[in-house]
Amino acid sequence: MTMIFGIPVQAFLGQLLVGLINGSFYAMLSLGLAVIFGLLRIINFAHGALYMLGAFIGYLLLVHLGIGYWPALVLVPLAVGLFGIVVERLALSRLYRIDPLYGLLFTFGLALVIEGVFRFYYGVSGNPYAVPPLLAGGTNLGFMFLPNYRGWVVVASLIVCIGTWLLIEKTRLGSYLRAATENPELVQAFGVNVPLLLTLTYGLGAALAGLAGILAAPVYQVSPLMGSDLIIVVFAVVVVGGMGSILGAIVTGYMLGLAEGLTKVFYPEASNLVVFVIMAIVLLLRPAGLFGRDA
Amino acid sequence: MSEATLHAERAAASLRLERGLVVLAILALIAAPFFVYPIFVMKMLCFALFACAFNLLLGYTGLLSFGHAAFFGGAAYFCAYAVKAWGWPPEAAILLGTVGAAGMGLVVGFLAIRRQGIYFSMITLAMAQMFYFFCVQAPFTEGEDGIQGVARGHLFGVVDLSIAMNMYFFVLAVFLIGIFAIWRIVNSPFGMILRSIRENENRAISLGYSVDRYKLVAFVMSAALAGLAGALKAIVFQFATLTDVTWQMSGEVILMTLLGGIGTMVGPVVGAGLVVGLENTLATSGFPVTIATGLIFMICVLIFRRGIVGEIYARWLAPAAGGEGGKG
Repeated sequence: MTMIFGIPVQAFLGQLLVGLINGSFYAMLSLGLAVIFGLLRIINFAHGALYMLGAFIGYLLLVHLGIGYWPALVLVPLAVGLFGIVVERLALSRLYRIDPLYGLLFTFGLALVIEGVFRFYYGVSGNPYAVPPLLAGGTNLGFMFLPNYRGWVVVASLIVCIGTWLLIEKTRLGSYLRAATENPELVQAFGVNVPLLLTLTYGLGAALAGLAGILAAPVYQVSPLMGSDLIIVVFAVVVVGGMGSILGAIVTGYMLGLAEGLTKVFYPEASNLVVFVIMAIVLLLRPAGLFGRDA
Repeated sequence: MSEATLHAERAAASLRLERGLVVLAILALIAAPFFVYPIFVMKMLCFALFACAFNLLLGYTGLLSFGHAAFFGGAAYFCAYAVKAWGWPPEAAILLGTVGAAGMGLVVGFLAIRRQGIYFSMITLAMAQMFYFFCVQAPFTEGEDGIQGVARGHLFGVVDLSIAMNMYFFVLAVFLIGIFAIWRIVNSPFGMILRSIRENENRAISLGYSVDRYKLVAFVMSAALAGLAGALKAIVFQFATLTDVTWQMSGEVILMTLLGGIGTMVGPVVGAGLVVGLENTLATSGFPVTIATGLIFMICVLIFRRGIVGEIYARWLAPAAGGEGGKG
């Protein structure tokens, strides 16, 4: 059998794939955080809970209404995005003028409530979500066996990330968004409805989290705890990448996922810690983050 | 002129009122174990000290740490391990927990102060989560079980802490010393510089203060006092578990401070009492604690940002206490 650094190629590539999958979710979630933070100046602690909400809505649609994966891929982001819009209108919009730390605290409370509700009704055990028939099975690539669904997750997350990046960098709506990030008063003065832009941005961020959730449902178990475990790692990713750039958030997400996968191959005990260690090193060498522009 | 003296009189009156209330509170705490289950009051006192230590950082330096559970729970582990594995007496073990937490605070603080505002909070949260994963895997914490059956031992080789009343008055003494220390820090020239950093960091820099060093010292002090509370709790409950190092615990101490009143001396104590009491009540009712905590968080942030004590100050005491700087 072929070996790389004394590790069988199969195992090596297998862990890299796991890392790439994790990285896909880090990228999608840190992207959403960066989009929200860019305009609202709020760190959305509820992002993990919205991701969990997405997975759960998908699961409940399947179990109770028999609505499968593909319709859910559209319905779930809409539902979670709508939920985000309601939250923004009712609560977050009141917090823009005060210290951004309160936004963090509010969304932290929101995350606790969402998670608490699902824990109350569904317990902490995971619920399996079957891989859709179209993507069941796997493909032999010659050098490794690739489960089709995992390949799809990588492709889908790339599409989502690139799509969002294009939306923000290349469209007119995106240019309003970027302008409002720089100077909301001026943009408002030009007749752009900035409050609506803020609402839609939070809705978009929430929808991205929900989409990541439904994509994750067949990979991980659908459990009320799936979001809170993830969100703290994503925070570390965001610290490493800096939230100044959308592309930075995406690239950092994939990179750290791969780094985690590599660590699993060589030193499994540290695989939980590696992202945080990298964060500490980056803070020592480049306090503003790899792509950061902020002071 | 007359208005100024009126202000001075009212300020003095409110100061007298405050002192009276503090004396009353201490008397109530001395009497409490004869009426209430002592363990419950001890738990409140440990968390109150924890919240006050946290407030030293959030309320008086303006730094929101989302990782204080690491210091609280870490110290509990150090203390419990020293007692159980090395047979240390309680006072030495508590000291070790405190010093250990201060050391951790030095490392975490050094990294976290390199960024500001919201990033600071995320870094402390991430570092605390790293410590949590470390505790899950490290053999000395005994994993999911935690370090159990920690002997309370004899304080200074004389006072038997396994007697509930002895334990209680030891906890009360440590609590009062801790609070007094925080009060001294806050009202010292050093504390004034911390407040100036909270109010306007750039101005503090331009006045020539090395802001980073002050922030780091404040962080280490806060971590050490949080550690003192955690180590004390380990002796009281005779165990140290993973619960105390989770991010939920970091959130809980924020809630206590927010509910009681950020930046007030008494607020975190009130908040800690309420949160601990609420959790005790909910534990038997079947209503999930996380939902209640989350709801209180949201309500506090939306309509009650000053907290209970802060609100009382603003409504009834502020015209006297705060007036001197305002209109006078």
